[in-house]
Order: sequence, then structure tokens, then C-alpha cells
Amino acid sequence: MKNLRFFVVLSLVCFVCFMACGDSGKVSEMEKKAADAESKVSELEKKVAELEKAAAPIGKTLENVLAKGYIQAGVNGDLFGFGKPDEKGVWQGLDVDTARAIAAAVFGDAEKVKYTPLTAKTRFTALQSGEIDVLTRNCTVTLSRDTDLGLDFAQVNYYDGQGFLVPKKLGLKSAKELDGASVCVLPGTTTELNLADYFRANGMKMNPVVIENTAELAKTFFAGRCDCLTSDASQLAGTRAVAPNPQDYIILPEIISKEPLAPAVRHGDNQWKDIVNWSVLAMIEAEELGITSENVDDMLKSEDPKIMRFLGVTEGNGKALGLDEKWAYNIVKQVGNYGEVFERNVGVNTPLGIERGLNALWTKGGLMYSPDFK
Amino acid sequence: MAGTDIKPIKEVIKPPATSVGALGWMRANLFNNWFNSVLTLFTLYTLSKIVPAFIRWAFIDSQWLSTGEACKGADGACWSIIPANIRFIIFGFFPYESQWRPLVAMVLLIGLLFYSRNRDHWKKSLTYAWGAGLIIMGLLMKGGILGLAAVESTQWGGLPLTLLLSVFGLAAAYPLGVVLALGRASRMKAIKVLCIVYIEMIRGVPLITLLFMSSIVFPLFLPEGVTVNVILRAQVAIIMFTAAYIAEVVRGGLQGMAKGQYEAAESLGLNYYQTMRLVILPQALRIVIPPTVSQLISALKDTSLVVIIALYDLLKTTQSVLSNPTWMAFSSEAYIFVALIYFGCCYFMSSYSRRLEKELDRGF
Repeated sequence: MKNLRFFVVLSLVCFVCFMACGDSGKVSEMEKKAADAESKVSELEKKVAELEKAAAPIGKTLENVLAKGYIQAGVNGDLFGFGKPDEKGVWQGLDVDTARAIAAAVFGDAEKVKYTPLTAKTRFTALQSGEIDVLTRNCTVTLSRDTDLGLDFAQVNYYDGQGFLVPKKLGLKSAKELDGASVCVLPGTTTELNLADYFRANGMKMNPVVIENTAELAKTFFAGRCDCLTSDASQLAGTRAVAPNPQDYIILPEIISKEPLAPAVRHGDNQWKDIVNWSVLAMIEAEELGITSENVDDMLKSEDPKIMRFLGVTEGNGKALGLDEKWAYNIVKQVGNYGEVFERNVGVNTPLGIERGLNALWTKGGLMYSPDFK
Repeated sequence: MAGTDIKPIKEVIKPPATSVGALGWMRANLFNNWFNSVLTLFTLYTLSKIVPAFIRWAFIDSQWLSTGEACKGADGACWSIIPANIRFIIFGFFPYESQWRPLVAMVLLIGLLFYSRNRDHWKKSLTYAWGAGLIIMGLLMKGGILGLAAVESTQWGGLPLTLLLSVFGLAAAYPLGVVLALGRASRMKAIKVLCIVYIEMIRGVPLITLLFMSSIVFPLFLPEGVTVNVILRAQVAIIMFTAAYIAEVVRGGLQGMAKGQYEAAESLGLNYYQTMRLVILPQALRIVIPPTVSQLISALKDTSLVVIIALYDLLKTTQSVLSNPTWMAFSSEAYIFVALIYFGCCYFMSSYSRRLEKELDRGF
């Protein structure tokens, strides 16, 4: 028996040696082949790039949009105040109004928009594949999305951040006192990551209670299954309003993440990006200039050169963008200035009840700031 | 001579009250041994805790036509969420003024389905009726002629979408599944291998994966600007998925056929097509009615998975209503409503299958 085992081991060793020797002889040959293959691949890649350039739809979004007569906008669909159909199936929300503003700029008619509701997972593909022309879906600007995903972000239309909702009876004053808490959170979004980051950074422990659906998340929290609920600050006030006794809950002062939400377009189409960008800026500038959807017709008679340029009384801006000179007038007339849009969709008189905060004009302590329209 | 008349006994002695009637039934069925008695008492106790509370919540303390604000103070169910949002839940984005069109289309579809339940109605005229019905339904949904405003399929949603995905999904998946099963049982190697690969590949992945493939991966392969209707993509994914499962069910039926059936058909001089159509399939499909129907029922419920590719089917429109803070707190009521609709559809199918089984029963 021993002999047999020895023999087997020996033959195995021999076999391995033999294989190794055989290989080493072939290595140089293989390398050559690999190099050949690589050069072929790079050649092919070049060809593909050329072909892509030839067929490039890039830079043609405006042409396409004008040809088909409407803008296809990707929106959320489930986010009250940002993108959601009302009980008549009519789309409402801040992001929806942003898309309407772009349509007003391009066509002079804010209703020439078709909406594609998108999930967090389908939104970027829809933009990349050309299914939609612009993505106005409470989408956080990040470096990797801007670069890797081939997107371009326009002007931020809402500055959000992540916060905590806690029951008053816990007597908490700060999120730093949440060590060991069980936290209700939605899965699969940046919210979950930010939460983990925040607790790790502060050396605290937590116990996440992950629930798929916003309505169920709120219910679970109010039923007392977890100590606190975390979500975007824009949603916390609305969630609090759903509580059986809203006054029993408070929103902690800490905002643990930066979530600048901006419309996105495909990378490389500069003219289209300019149009989207300046459509958002036009709403902000209109608020700063004091132009509203109600007084915009009177403002046409204004002698202020800034206002005259803005509304296209003094021509130039429209031509520069490749649009009608009345483009900004149409936005304000049909959609409103940023303040109006904000108050209508998410402001203090809506169920969300959000204060302007970071989204106030820069002149009022916020971050909404528009370059000059000249 | 006894002289005494023997009076016939007129009164019939009744069995003891404890062994007949309600009491007897209870004794025989609910309290026949100590274990069953304990179970009965326990069940009664549980029911007495749940049922009155549920009735109080659902019917007595409930609100039916109030506003969302009025509901917040109430103890009971807030059914008001349904009437307040019914049109969006049922019709989704279909233009508000034209919502009678999907309503008529659905009534037509359900009417045709009910009419087709009776096998006596299965004549040529029924085929024409279905043909005409489908064209009318298509016209109603799509519009664009006869003064009907055109409505794009992206605006379809709610119950019509659920019915569309399930009725046409199942109607197309069933024959495809039968063909696949025959292919898998085929003697031709190439066809057999193709069918096996298809069935195993599809069964190896969840429906969600297929839906994702159809909505995320597939568009990237298309040239930019070319898009395939998203409903069509989901519909194809559902058909492909269901067909693979049906195929396996049908294969079970084929294997249950005695070899003598094939041989008898062959000795009669029937070719393959005739053998299958006249001898094998009628028997095999009859055997597998119960598993087929449960497969179809689960496929119907699976159509609700299209929410993940942002199609607004019945469940999604309901969830969308729930994202409004005014109604967010009343998800149970909304889900119960949707559950009842789904139950109605599934019950229709299962009761039909029972009826079909009875009608086709040959007693062997």
C-alpha cells in the first residue's frame, strides 16, 4: 500500500513538473498572440468610436425634441411635491414644473411634455438609451454620476439633505444621542449609505429596520417599531404630518448629508444642457427680479435693463440659446418663478409644509443664486 | 283471551337531543375528543377577539365618503381613500375626460370572458365575436380615429393595464407553453435541445430579472432613438416566463399518457400532428388542468411585479395614491380594496377550472 501511495504522489509531482515545463516553452508564443489580440482590440475600439461619432445623436437633442414636438421627461411618479400624478392623473410637483419650464422655453407651451415615471434603478438607463430627453427626478448630483454614468447635471433645483424624525417622548436634542437606536430606513438609496456613514463617523451603533415602501415605513415608525426614522428632509415634514398625533414627533436639527437635486441630461450635448440649465436659472432669476406669473405682463413695460433683457424686450438671450426671444417670459408666465413653484408644490401651505431654508434666494440666506442674464 | 287491546305505540322515541340536530353535529364534529374540543374553544376565543374588532373597524367606526383630514380623527377604517381616488387607481394616467373608454373596453373584455365560460358557446361565431371585440377594445384604448382622441400606450395604467398584461399574457403563454412541451418531448434532437435550453434558462431566473432585462439591458442594445414600447417589453417578458412554466406542467401531462395511446394512434395511421391533436393533447391537457390553472393564477399575480419597471398597474396606482401625505396613513384600506379585485380575478379562474374539470370528467 505504502508503495502505491508513494508511486501516486511521485507521478503527480512528475506530471506537474512536466506541465510547468511545457508551459514555459509556450509563454513567449502566447505573449505574442496576446499582444496581437490587444492591438486588434484597440483597432476595433477606434473603429467603433468612429462609427459612434458618425451616428452621433449627441448634440441633437434639441433637433429631435423640435421634430417630435414634445419633451420626454423622466420623473419620479411617487414623490409627493416633486413628481406625482394627482387624483385626475395630472402630473404635479417641483420636478414636473421644471420639465414644464423647459417645454415653455423650447416650445412656448409648458404642456408639451410627456412624462415617463422612472424608478431609482431605471432612471439613468432611460436617459442613456435616449428614451427620455431630460431627467427631472429628484436626482442627487454626485461625482460618479456626472462622470462614469455619462450624465451632465444642470442647475440644482432643490437643495435637500438627510435628517431624522424622532418621538418627542425620547427627549432627544441631537442626532449624536442616537447611539444604539433602531432606525427605520428605505433600502437601496443613498439614504441608507449616508446613515451608515454617519453612525460610523460618530462611533455609534445602530440597528437598521429596512422597509421597502414609504407609506409602510411611516406606519412602522409610528407603530413604535423603531426609535427614529431617517429620510430626505423634504420628506420628513410630510411624514410627520401623517402621524396620528404629529405634535408627538420632532425633526432633529442635524442634516447629515448634502443632496443637491438637479435635472440631468446626456453628457456631451452642450446646447441642450444650456437650455435646461438656463430654464431653471430663469425661474430663480425671475424671483430675484420680482417677476411673477401674475405681474409678468406689466413687467414687459419695465424700463429696468435687467428685466428688459430677461423678458426678451431687449433681444439677444434667445438667439444665443437657439430659442425664441420670449423663452424666459413664457417660463414665468406659464410656470411661474422659483418661489411660486416652490410654494405651490412643497411650501408651508402644502401637506409637506417645507420652509424655504437652503432653497431661499441668496439674498435671503439661501443658496439659490443665478448669474446675470446678459 | 287477553281482552286487552294492545295499543299500537304511536309515539316514536326520538333519539337523544345530543346526537342529532345542531347539538349532535357539534358533538360529532367539534367536540368528539379532548384535542378537538380544545382546538374548537381556542378558535372560538380567537374569532371572538378578532371578528367584532374587525367589524367595528371596517363597518361601524369607518368613514366612507369623507375627506382625508376628517379620516385622521376617526377610529375606524377610512374607506374614503377609495372613492376619492378611484379613478386614478382604476384608470391611471388615461385622460380624465376619456376614461369611459377603458371602462367600456374592460366591460367588453369581462363580458366576452364570461360568455366564453360556457362551452356550448364555443362556435365559430364566438371567434368572430372575440376578433371584433379585440379590435373595438384596441380602438377604445388607442383612439386616434372616429373622433376619439389618440391616447398613447404610456398613458395606460391601472386595472386595464393589469387585465391587458394578464389576459393577453396568459392567452399567448398557454399555446407557446404547449408547443415548448411538445418540442421537449420531440424525437428531433435539435428541437429538443433548443426547447430544453429555453425552458431551463427561463426557469433559472426570476421574473424580476427578465423584466429588468427587458427594461434596462434591452434598450441599450437598440440604436439611440429607437425605443420599443415599454408595455410590449413587459408583456413579452411575462409571456416568455409563463410559457416556460406551462411547458413543464404540460410535459407532466404528456408523460402521464400510456404508451399504448401513441401506439394505438400510430396503428390507425395517424401522423404526428393528428396523433397529438386528436389523441394525446386532449387527454394530457385535461389531466393537467389543476396545475395549469394554478400556474396561470400565479402568473396573473406576478403581473404586479411590473411596478419595478415603473409601469402603473393596479397595485402601482394604489401605491402612488398612498405616497400622498393626505392618504399615506390608510394603506390597509387601499390594499384590502386591491386584494378584493385580485381575488375576484383569481376566483374567476379557479372556479372556471373546477367547472371545466367536471365537464371534461370521463370517469377514468
